[in-house]
Amino acid sequence: MFSRAYRAAITLPPVLWVAVFLLVPYALLFCYSFWSVSPSQTIVHTWTLDNYRELFRVNVYLQTLFRSMWIAARVMIFSLLLGYPLAYYLSFYAGARKDLFYQLVIIPLWVSYLVRAYAWKTILGSDGVLNTLLQYVHLTKHPLEFLLYSPFAVVLTLTHIYTPFAFLPIYAALEHIPRNLVEASHDLGASPLQTFWRVIFPLSIPGVLAGATFAFVLSLGDFLAPLLLGGPSGIMISNIVVSLFGAAYNWPLGAAISLCMLLLVLALLLLSEKLEKKWSFR
Amino acid sequence: MPSDVGARRPHDGRRDGGATKHMATTTEPAVARSAKSGVQPLLVIRNVAKSFGKNPVLRDISLQIAEGEFLTILGESGSGKTTLLRIIAGFESANSGEILMEGERLDLLPPYRRRVNTVFQHYALFPHLSVEENVGYGLRVAKLPKDEIAARVSEALAMVKMTAFASSKPAKISGGQQQRIALARALVNRPRLLLLDEPLSALDANLRRQMQVELKSLQREVGISFVFVTHDQEEAMVMSDRIALLRMGELEQVASPREIYSRPATAYTAQFIGHTNLLRSEVRAGIARCNSLSWKVGLPDGPALFSLRPENIRLATSTGGSDMNVIRLRGKMQHQAFHGSTELLQIVCEDGLALSVRVAARENREGDLLLEFSPADAVPVRESSERGQPS
Repeated sequence: MFSRAYRAAITLPPVLWVAVFLLVPYALLFCYSFWSVSPSQTIVHTWTLDNYRELFRVNVYLQTLFRSMWIAARVMIFSLLLGYPLAYYLSFYAGARKDLFYQLVIIPLWVSYLVRAYAWKTILGSDGVLNTLLQYVHLTKHPLEFLLYSPFAVVLTLTHIYTPFAFLPIYAALEHIPRNLVEASHDLGASPLQTFWRVIFPLSIPGVLAGATFAFVLSLGDFLAPLLLGGPSGIMISNIVVSLFGAAYNWPLGAAISLCMLLLVLALLLLSEKLEKKWSFR
Repeated sequence: MPSDVGARRPHDGRRDGGATKHMATTTEPAVARSAKSGVQPLLVIRNVAKSFGKNPVLRDISLQIAEGEFLTILGESGSGKTTLLRIIAGFESANSGEILMEGERLDLLPPYRRRVNTVFQHYALFPHLSVEENVGYGLRVAKLPKDEIAARVSEALAMVKMTAFASSKPAKISGGQQQRIALARALVNRPRLLLLDEPLSALDANLRRQMQVELKSLQREVGISFVFVTHDQEEAMVMSDRIALLRMGELEQVASPREIYSRPATAYTAQFIGHTNLLRSEVRAGIARCNSLSWKVGLPDGPALFSLRPENIRLATSTGGSDMNVIRLRGKMQHQAFHGSTELLQIVCEDGLALSVRVAARENREGDLLLEFSPADAVPVRESSERGQPS
């Protein structure tokens, strides 16, 4: 048995860490969201629900939130559409090249987010790589304007950045499917397609849910891609939060929006965990 | 389950007997006989060979399985028995040779087009499907009408006495129950041939013995040919119509359990199936000599190896010398191992020959014992080839 002092000593660091870096900031955020700003730009420490009223009264906040969710949903779908086949191929058919392909998927994660976002700028810009190529082969006469500074650019960039996050849990789930289940399915007369839909896909659902959650939640809170590539039509909710905490100096409203997003994300995580449990059998 | 018992050929355990003395490992004589009598074997495996990389796993396997037969592929781990089963199921393809089912090439079909079903070693039940859905899987992918699926599934569940668990998930039932479900899931499709890959190895000893009996009577009932893979020679003896003993990727002997036990073709077979004494002898002018023993044989001159089962050596009642029909010898007991109804004695004879002797169990024995055996029980066996002989 360990002494009480010893147990306290090893428990203290994680508790402190969680308190200082998680609980205190969230508590502050919570408090700020019920305070207000005076016309002279100072924080008024009296409790009020004004920030939340403002949030639901001014259209731009909710609109931007919905647009962010729509962008995140598209990123989620495209990440799954790219990540699933990739993971399936790697897990079932890549054979000896499995490790190589796996590393190729992981390596982009080592490259700075900013570099990858800027890379898309040089590809999608009006005198960027893509437009130059399209004009060179005479597919278009003028540069395509919708490529950059648009929700399209944001979705594309975020899909590029978050596909590995969707891929990894799907790949892990597929790797955990005992191969004798696939053999049993074939043995019982199921074609490869029937086997995929009746055995492989159902057993990979926990991975799909985890991947979907990663892609959605991470892109919902993203602010760099819309900042660099989104333009006015590609603004996302985090950009509003950033400007409220910055130039607008309205920390209380920013905190209220942040808290709403936090609740939304927590609800999503809870839901996804429930569903994952329902679909795991071991 | 409809029973094709009528189509079943009464099994003659001595069918391959004539071949054992000369060419124990080939089944060619049986092929010839079947062709003449017009009864086509269900499955014919012809010269199948398989290697993984440079490592040969199966060499030139020829074997056939009759309608309604219970054939056991017996061998140590690494003998290639599971690979052979996987080739029949279609999960591996042979490097050469062919497999025919009712005269048609089977080895060219993908696994899902073969009328062969498998009971996997670890059952391989689908964890996301209920017991009922597992059993009905093969019928559902075959797109049978719903009411027929329901009827056949409940029939199959009744057959393995698992009706009460129809809606359970596989994780909620015991190993023995999972085993029954795996069996029902395979048999419900009415395959021509059922493959079983060490299906009992995960069960404890008592349950295993019980399942052996159940499996055998179930096989008789449904009349489907079974190919059963095991490393347990006792299990093979209890259940099989014929045993195919595989050693280092080659068939050592194919025969009925009685035949393979009482007439082992090689030293390896004699040692692997049951327990035996190998007598290394020299034959000259129709007399075999081993140490101080000698007896009449019908073999040509030269070295010869005989297998003498421990239970064929008796404690002598009379003290007379050896004659044509009985060899008598005197020995000192070294060790006595109690096995319940019998005991196994390790005896060293006066001339240095060490023998195992199985006798009815009795209180402590001591000192010198007088033993006897009849020369007819010393079965000549071929020396097993060097390759693969465990040193």
